[in-house]
Amino acid sequence: MNFLYDPIPFIINWLNSLMLSWGWPVDVVQVVMFVLGALLICVGAMLFTTLLIWAERKIGGRFQDRLGPNRVGPWGIFQTIADMLKIFTKEYITPAGVDKIPFNLAPVLAVAAVLSIWAVIPFSETFSGVNINIALLYIIAIGGLGEMAIILAGFGSNNKYALLGAFRAVAQLISYEVPMVIVLLIPVMFTGSMGLNDIVQAQKIPFIVLAPVACLIFFISSIAENGRAPFDLIEADSELVAGFNIEYSGLKFGMFFVADFLHAFTSAIIFTTIFLGGWQGPGVATHPILGGFYLLAKTLIVYFAMLAIRFTLPRFRIDQMMALNWKILTPLSLVTLLVTAVVDKSIPRELMAVRIGALLVANILIWLVADRLFTVYSRRHTRLVVSGPRPLARPDLKSSKEERASL
Amino acid sequence: MLHEWLYLGIFLTVALAIPAAALIIAGILAPKKPNPIKNSTYECGMETVGVSWVQFKVQYYIYGLVFLVFDVEAVLLYPWAVAYNKVPLYGVLEAVLFVLILASGLIYVWRKGALEWV
Repeated sequence: MNFLYDPIPFIINWLNSLMLSWGWPVDVVQVVMFVLGALLICVGAMLFTTLLIWAERKIGGRFQDRLGPNRVGPWGIFQTIADMLKIFTKEYITPAGVDKIPFNLAPVLAVAAVLSIWAVIPFSETFSGVNINIALLYIIAIGGLGEMAIILAGFGSNNKYALLGAFRAVAQLISYEVPMVIVLLIPVMFTGSMGLNDIVQAQKIPFIVLAPVACLIFFISSIAENGRAPFDLIEADSELVAGFNIEYSGLKFGMFFVADFLHAFTSAIIFTTIFLGGWQGPGVATHPILGGFYLLAKTLIVYFAMLAIRFTLPRFRIDQMMALNWKILTPLSLVTLLVTAVVDKSIPRELMAVRIGALLVANILIWLVADRLFTVYSRRHTRLVVSGPRPLARPDLKSSKEERASL
Repeated sequence: MLHEWLYLGIFLTVALAIPAAALIIAGILAPKKPNPIKNSTYECGMETVGVSWVQFKVQYYIYGLVFLVFDVEAVLLYPWAVAYNKVPLYGVLEAVLFVLILASGLIYVWRKGALEWV
């Protein structure tokens, strides 16, 4: 019965006692268990990515009125497997004059940066990778490693487009890290700890209710950190051919691809854990395995929202994107932080309902004021619209309808 | 406590080893037929001119500096946020003052026009 309700610690204990019964020392057993756990999570995440790629292409197809992959297997579900086989046997093209070490290190680092985040995610009450007390700082720092991979790829490729693309990508990523980091202070304030397990446990009421504006800012900046549309300036296919990964081929390119898809899902998991209560839900106290399902369900909803945004919104220009970050999100996140800190402190913790109400009202007020200011600002800084006759592709041809009719 | 960091170290090693192993396996499986045309730098079919490591505009580095300021600020604020439930209102107001000083830095940068991507 216990096994069904909470299988994972059961399996861990069984493996532990099995290895101890073989007469292995305790420390060795511990290390072996750690290696097994790390391998399980890493390989599981990588294999899950193949499913994610298929799901994203299929959903994207539906959003854009296409069929999506539908040839290999039922509903095209083996399409990614076929792609994997193809990409595994594809030649690595190493262009002349590349800087070998950064060029080869970058794809490994890109995947490792995303995979490492999975070490700290709590999957259910009894099963989490590791509950370190600085998990949030760890996630932010590991996110920085991804930027490192991009700049290494751009620098090592010996290609001007790649270098410029990498510069732009890093400018975007470090910029959007600022509001993200500031906004993440708010859950830490509510919880009094940076550990993700503690943050989930503190969310009897999900933090999305207590800090909706912070939640929205985090959502936007995590989409930007992924480099997904409408913030896919990192790829910049139309201006810089493909950005930083232009010179990569074969599985080296595939690694950037995997890192991209896995990063999107990972940031959905982080969002769920920090703002939507992670594995919290009815019945988790007696049946911890339900927590895993709650986490997965909430994450998939967030992921679907990200996909909906990705496949429906057009791309920003890079100056618009930087302006959105530095002139709207950063001041807004600072104001949200200050207001939340003061309001939360001035109301005693015992008055739960009053506290929630006050925080909600404060957030709505912040939102209204920000919206008003933004409207005023954008009215004052309107885009220049060129007046006069529209330029023609072939001025020698008659353009207007009547003239064409007269011919 | 120490075991947790050991697990993290093992996890980081595994996370680096798995993509590296995949790349090495694919490198063994994949064909290797390089030729000078294939290995030339890809710039839409044009011959490349000059060195690739070009200079970039200086405004770019100002973003880096502003980012650094805010990141250091965040690092200083995280311990405060952890202790938030224990500090009195006075401590919160002090943090507000600290953030406002930095916000004035942001306003200065904004007024100077350093936040324009040109």
